[in-house]
Amino acid sequence: MPLVLTEEQEMLRDAARGFLEAKAPVSALRKLRDARDEVGFSRDLWKEMAEMGWAGVLVEEAFGGSDFGFAGAGVLAEEMGRTLTASPFLSTSILAATALKKYACEAHRQEYLPKIAAGDLVMALAVDEKNKHAPAKTALRAEKSGNAFRLSGEKTFVADGHVADKLIVAARTAGAPGEEAGITLFLVDAQAKGVARERTIMVDSRNAARVRFDGVEATGDDVVGEIDGGWRALEGVLNAGRAGLAAEMSGSAQRAFEMTVGYLKERTQFGRPIGAFQALQHRAAHLYCELELARSAALKALQVLDESFEAAGAFCSLAKAKAGAVARLASQEAIQMHGGIGMTDEHDIGLYMKRIRVAQEMFGDPAFHADRIARLRGY
Amino acid sequence: MADLEKFRAETRAWLEENCPPDMRKPMRGEEDICWGGKRWKFQSEAQKIWLERMAARGWTVPTWPKEYGGGGLSKEEAKILKEEMRRIKARSPLESFGIWMLGPALLEYGAHEQKAHFLPPIARGEIRWCQGYSEPNAGSDLASLQCRCEDRGDHWLVNGQKIWTSYADESDWIFVLVRTDREAPKHLGISFILIDMESPGVTTRPIRLISGKSPFCETFFDDVKVPKEHAPGVSAVVGELNRGWDVAKYLLTHEREMIGAGGSGAIGGAASPGEVAARLVGVDETGRLADPILRGRIAEAEIDGWAFLLTMERLKDEAKAGKGMGAKSSMLKYYGTEFNKRRYELMMDAAGSDGLEWEGERSEDGKLARSWLRTKANSIEGGTSEVQLNIIAKRILELPDA
Ligand SMILES: Cc1cc2nc3c(=O)[nH]c(=O)nc-3n(C[C@H](O)[C@H](O)[C@H](O)COP(=O)(O)OP(=O)(O)OC[C@H]3O[C@@H](n4cnc5c(N)ncnc54)[C@H](O)[C@@H]3O)c2cc1C
Repeated sequence: MPLVLTEEQEMLRDAARGFLEAKAPVSALRKLRDARDEVGFSRDLWKEMAEMGWAGVLVEEAFGGSDFGFAGAGVLAEEMGRTLTASPFLSTSILAATALKKYACEAHRQEYLPKIAAGDLVMALAVDEKNKHAPAKTALRAEKSGNAFRLSGEKTFVADGHVADKLIVAARTAGAPGEEAGITLFLVDAQAKGVARERTIMVDSRNAARVRFDGVEATGDDVVGEIDGGWRALEGVLNAGRAGLAAEMSGSAQRAFEMTVGYLKERTQFGRPIGAFQALQHRAAHLYCELELARSAALKALQVLDESFEAAGAFCSLAKAKAGAVARLASQEAIQMHGGIGMTDEHDIGLYMKRIRVAQEMFGDPAFHADRIARLRGY
Repeated sequence: MADLEKFRAETRAWLEENCPPDMRKPMRGEEDICWGGKRWKFQSEAQKIWLERMAARGWTVPTWPKEYGGGGLSKEEAKILKEEMRRIKARSPLESFGIWMLGPALLEYGAHEQKAHFLPPIARGEIRWCQGYSEPNAGSDLASLQCRCEDRGDHWLVNGQKIWTSYADESDWIFVLVRTDREAPKHLGISFILIDMESPGVTTRPIRLISGKSPFCETFFDDVKVPKEHAPGVSAVVGELNRGWDVAKYLLTHEREMIGAGGSGAIGGAASPGEVAARLVGVDETGRLADPILRGRIAEAEIDGWAFLLTMERLKDEAKAGKGMGAKSSMLKYYGTEFNKRRYELMMDAAGSDGLEWEGERSEDGKLARSWLRTKANSIEGGTSEVQLNIIAKRILELPDA
């Protein structure tokens, strides 16, 4: 498979870019922030995206989706990264849709996938418990009592968790924190008794939640994947999320870079455009190369998810690590090269730095993924 | 699609049958490369057979047209051939400046007679070429070159000096940038000319590198007479007179692509720092490299190296068959060579004092140390890293001139 977008994916990209620039530019995020919008994204806009097939990008056509695959989802994530568009695309259309499509029973698939595709259902993945991503350290307990489970514990950094209708919760049904075995994924109603949610407004003006589970009841029917053997499903879902975030960051970084190169041509000091200074030219040229690498890594991970999903782990770590590190560099260089104006709230460039910071932390920062690659490579 | 799968199956079968077992061992380094040429001494019978068999199919230069000694393969087929060769760890049968540099330039700028005359011997590994670009006072500022070439009616008369001419003392022919118009602006008075190294007046003097080896030379031209035509209809000058800079630049994009690819370990079957470190530094009880800081640095380098390989793949997939990638070759050159230097620094770190031995069997005469030193040239040869960054800034980002 050539490492380029197909014609269909290019068309999707062009359509998405036009739509997002018109309907969801950076100013839309600013407006949501300034209005202290409780949802954090526009439900009307999400409905429109659903009509275009974006919400169901991974959902089979039989369930009302567009089934563009992971590479298609990556195209959309990248474009939303360019405009910093707030939407439940990652939480619902990538993470939850992957969990349901790849690991859920037929009943769950039939019930939820059409709703996801229609934009009528928001779901969130609750995995992290501490400040750094460490899924194997899942400690939230799901005690078995008869036919049922009782979930107790806390989750944090649950993207869109404050408004999600359903939560996919990683819980420990056996073993000890740190072990991959003994983890089970549960589908929990966000309104269920014992669930307490605290909305956390993040630095990027997007929202997540801290969620407390106090003896929340679930049954065997609510399990996604295997009991005690949920690790495989969790990894699969996380891999998809990581690749999606890599594409998003690649888009954000690319856009921040374009704004910066534009500024280098326009801003004059010492009687010439600042872009004529070799000190800045070389940094910009280096960053250009790094951005190309990040883009290649993200595209490859998405293609491998489509072609051989189970083998995608290392590629997704590569993409997440590389895109995270590069996007961080791009946002830092962007502010520095903008000078004082880059530090103002009024200028958009700061919003890019903020979103990139969040995205590079989510589901493993570059160090987490470098460690994972080293392990996979046997050192 | 079905045709490609058929091609893959046939290629696989042919390679299985024809690639000698000794040619399926990874190269230990540059010394295992087959460069060809009149004076070439094959290191083994296997190397010779392998070259002959591949050349007979045109697979030393898979995408060149068949009429010029190539394989006439499409981009997709060439990719498959490469994958299948990699699958059995087959060595490249032939590498040369003719393949990497002159060939692509002739295909783009040469007349049919020039292609028909010069390309097939390159494809068969019979003629080895070297590159006469740099001069003592024209390095990064290559267009300021002064090597003089005058029109003497039935021949050209060349006088001047080149420097850093890799393998000049082992090559049969040289492609040279010469000044044919001293009055014109510097870029517009340069021509690209082909010269037989056996011509009277051509001499070479080897220069020793910090690695202790002497792979390059000073090359002198003293009243060298170059026939206007090397054979009937085969002009010595490639492209138009005084427009050699266009040819030179085009050739450089191919050279840079090549050097960038070499940096990633694509040639020479270089070991990964992770493997080297695990062997030399050792692992702890959980299988992790005993030195956690080195481990982190290696993992980060591995990420960059891998993403770089994918970028090469993507750029090739984006480029049109047989065409270069223009200014993007500067990205491959810059990133690949800087990465290769980083890779060797890590291997030296992992090797510790063992890596510092310069002579003796244990170290294969300082193989690692010499390779490490050799990599320092990667970001100089073919245009320095700084020059590549200038090109990216100007040509790709379109930033203003200083
Ligand atoms: C191993 C090896 C093999 C080679 N093989 C060949 C060959 O086969 N044929 C051939 O013709 N040449 C060959 N070269 C020569 C090579 O192309 C030149 O060395 C190279 O182009 C740099 O020129 P220079 O050595 O004169 O350095 P200089 O141009 O003097 O550069 C010195 C320093 O100044 C920097 N610099 C120069 N100009 C600028 C600028 N505008 N902006 C920022 N920094 C700048 C450079 O980046 C470098 O760091 C080879 C070199 C090496 C090391």
